[in-house]
Amino acid sequence: MAASSSKTDKNNHMKQLIIPAFAAILFASCTASLQQSSTAVYSTADGNVRLLFENYAGLQPLTLNKDTFNTASGERMTVSLLQYYITNISLKKTDGSILTIPQDQSYFLIKESDPASREISLNIPEGKYESVSFVLGVDSLRNTKPIAERTGVLDPATGGAGMYWSWNSGYIFFKMEGYSPVASPGKNNDYKFRYHIGLFGGMNTPTVNNVKTITLPLDKLKISEKKPAAVHIHTDILKMFSGVNDISIAKNTTVMVTPFSAKIADNFTGMFTVSGIDQ
Amino acid sequence: MKKKGRTIKPLTVAFVIVLSVFLLTAFIRLQNIFKQPANFPSPVYSFRDNAVTEDGFLLGRRLFYDPILSADQSISCGSCHIQAAAFTHHGHDLSHGINDLLGNRNTPAIQNLAWYNSFMWDGGILDLDLQPIAPITNPVEMGDTLLAVLKKLNAHPEYPALFKKAFGSNTITTSLLMKALSQFMLMLVSADSKYDKVIRKEGMVFTPEEQNGYTVFKEKCGSCHKEPLFTDFSFRNNGLSPADEPDEGRSLVTVESKDQFRFKVPSLRNLGFTFPYMHDGRFYTLDEVLDHYSSGMHESSTLDPLFRLSDNKNGIILSAAEKESIKIFLATLDDSSFIRNPAFSEENAMKYVK
Repeated sequence: MAASSSKTDKNNHMKQLIIPAFAAILFASCTASLQQSSTAVYSTADGNVRLLFENYAGLQPLTLNKDTFNTASGERMTVSLLQYYITNISLKKTDGSILTIPQDQSYFLIKESDPASREISLNIPEGKYESVSFVLGVDSLRNTKPIAERTGVLDPATGGAGMYWSWNSGYIFFKMEGYSPVASPGKNNDYKFRYHIGLFGGMNTPTVNNVKTITLPLDKLKISEKKPAAVHIHTDILKMFSGVNDISIAKNTTVMVTPFSAKIADNFTGMFTVSGIDQ
Repeated sequence: MKKKGRTIKPLTVAFVIVLSVFLLTAFIRLQNIFKQPANFPSPVYSFRDNAVTEDGFLLGRRLFYDPILSADQSISCGSCHIQAAAFTHHGHDLSHGINDLLGNRNTPAIQNLAWYNSFMWDGGILDLDLQPIAPITNPVEMGDTLLAVLKKLNAHPEYPALFKKAFGSNTITTSLLMKALSQFMLMLVSADSKYDKVIRKEGMVFTPEEQNGYTVFKEKCGSCHKEPLFTDFSFRNNGLSPADEPDEGRSLVTVESKDQFRFKVPSLRNLGFTFPYMHDGRFYTLDEVLDHYSSGMHESSTLDPLFRLSDNKNGIILSAAEKESIKIFLATLDDSSFIRNPAFSEENAMKYVK
């Protein structure tokens, strides 16, 4: 025992000397590789491309707790809350190459209640762009990351408050709540509907996977430093109720962690269109 | 300058990275005060992300026992996870949170969590570092928001300094709060029962009755309650009849109908201190538990196949004598040093100040 412990001590001393040295080298090499790709895209307040998420009900701008909207099947409703994650953004150039926003900087939470959150600013290299892709929700891998990597809009205490299921580890990708006379009255008799859609496919056992990647055309948008662009993305919340599957507020007033959530997620892709590009 | 940086060959860089990672891992292992019992497998918790230190453990212990984590500062983690009951809620089938609101499941024991890869009766939580968010924010448990808790802690006269000591930062974040709580919970290792001392050959032997019980146990119970942790960490429907408002268990988190009424196989360590039993605490004695397995099974489509006997019968064939033997063996899993360890006590926890 004594012999082995003194050996451990020796190792320990050696490690104490070696580690800082190697750590320094490691750091230096990492820095070097970052410098090489210094033209990499990053999100910033004054990027050359802005993605503007504009929430609508059909062609009517969405308002919270104000206007009444009708779904395709004629169900009337008002909306009190709308927020959704837009993450893992990438852009495809006309030459076929794909530019991926560094993942750590590619998580955004769009909140109808917070105009600043609805604008995503990117700094991207010059070129002609054919399309933009993003994930509606949070990719499976990020749903299983260590707590230390859950910062910003992924911090369940702050930026991501209300968008995380504590009892069923995972983010809520899309959350819409409101009121409708056709909704079931509920415990509080307030006729409130709630759509909290998440589920990333499970870690130890496979479950429903509602992560959706959406691709929108950019019509050969030419980007240069002198020509910044604003891409208007029209998010039509009424499309959540139709498209692939018809969703009825009366029949499905509350949808959260259920297999039915997949039916709603199937409609997500149809909610997004590019309505215009300013340049 | 740039040119110079580029002359480093990829192979060299790879070698340096591998070596650095190896050495850092070794270093973290040496720093970690968590110790793996000789008769236990390697833990699954990622100590690389959160090595347990003395300061982190003491901080986590104080947080665990501090009702500041609840909305009205009335309930701490330790209110329902009581050391004397191996960190369950002794004698309670269900537990009450703030405003006397009642939960819907039996408080599970907190022991040997470093070996678990999912938490809660339904396994809904995937990482120990995410676990405390559930009770803190559950309206019928501590009923607070994480943001409010972080505000309280950051404004506290002592906690920022204690976090600084443990983690080098006096800004308390979700991540640091969770890591501190994990550090305390990870240290709650119960591995000093008579069983452990017999297995590790620490000068103890089973009595003939215990040895007999051990043999019966291995044959009748050991496939799910696997040694040495006495669980295989799986989720199974063990034939409990559904309550009036049925708790569907694992299917609530997996949304798979095959998981209906499945619950995590609990460890059998410290059973003598952790009654009542089952996910809803319906059985107050081990006799009731054993009778359930021998003659109380409720048939359902998801009943675990292990309980399906020939001629359409369900359960485990157990004679009265076998039941007595099993109980004698199970008593060797009680670890009184664990429930009395002053290092885990509430009394000592609150003495830790800056």
